[in-house]
Amino acid sequence: MAELSPATVLAELKKNGATHVVWLPDSETNFLYVLMSEEPSLDLVPVSREGHAFSTAAGLAAGGKKPVILIQNTGMMESGDSLRGWGLGMNVPVVMMVGYRGWTRHGIINDTAAFYTERFLHAFNINYYLVESDEDADRISIAFAEAEREKRPVAVLVGDEYHGFNVSR
Amino acid sequence: MMKTAEMLDIFNKHRGDAVVIPGRGGRFWVELSDQPDRDLPLGDPAMGGHASFALGLALALPDQRVVLFDSEGDVLMGMGALPTIAEKAPANLYHFMLDNGVYATTGGQPVPNAEQMEYDVVAQGCGYPATYAIDNLEDFASQIEEILGQPGPVFVALKIDPEIINEPINARPQWQRKTRNQAVADMQAELGVERPA
Repeated sequence: MAELSPATVLAELKKNGATHVVWLPDSETNFLYVLMSEEPSLDLVPVSREGHAFSTAAGLAAGGKKPVILIQNTGMMESGDSLRGWGLGMNVPVVMMVGYRGWTRHGIINDTAAFYTERFLHAFNINYYLVESDEDADRISIAFAEAEREKRPVAVLVGDEYHGFNVSR
Repeated sequence: MMKTAEMLDIFNKHRGDAVVIPGRGGRFWVELSDQPDRDLPLGDPAMGGHASFALGLALALPDQRVVLFDSEGDVLMGMGALPTIAEKAPANLYHFMLDNGVYATTGGQPVPNAEQMEYDVVAQGCGYPATYAIDNLEDFASQIEEILGQPGPVFVALKIDPEIINEPINARPQWQRKTRNQAVADMQAELGVERPA
């Protein structure tokens, strides 16, 4: 299986008209950060707590912009009330790309971050798409379309940590 | 100490055409504002998020002045938003913070270290280029023009009287005149905001 290229992810963000990336660093997406910071069409908004990503995205969306949220699954779980009140409560059509820390593909999960990730999304009734490789990248566009259509957050789980998404190449 | 409604009444005379997020001053602001389609009285979608919301709005609408009336409880819960605001430095954002020292909507319990906090110093340390601390109406009235006359982000800590609410949430008067989403939609229509394709 081909790996997930950060350039592929960036191309998906640009194709779908993302204007701002509200993000907090995570172990799966470091190399993507380097690419994003060099992309003039994207404005990066760094937050220090993932819950702020949802309120920031709500403000950007209210002002007519198209943010995407880039966080890790640990931070997503910490953000529950903000996701509830700002993301879902204000019908923010936003794609949240969530680094799937601990994802192994083979069902044996030793990291509770991974164990609870999909359970958390089910609890909040957030639909999600798993993206593990370049072949899966079109699911990002599907998530963007669904977020716009349903006017609510949709998650993309970046499940590539097992072969090193953040390795420079 | 100031009454929130009296402070907002003075601010209203200097509002111009700013977009106003009244935060926990919302129940007073809806009685004062004569530009409700430029108001976002959101109530409390989730505590600690107003500053980030205002930042997002200010970044999205750089040609509009965005005024937020935050609270010290919200700032304490979401203090990490302050460095982000300072880094992004939206010149159109005016961040007022109502400090009554207590969680007024839960019965008036003191916020942590209420007597010692210096929020303007915190904001300054986070990188806000201009900060103020004001504890009386006379000073507010004399400084509001200067505050709004400079580029943001500006942070203004305001000492206000606790106006404590202690009724069960479902028994409280409903001051919001429209839903959050309707308020956003009305603002977007007023400003001609369209989302990118």
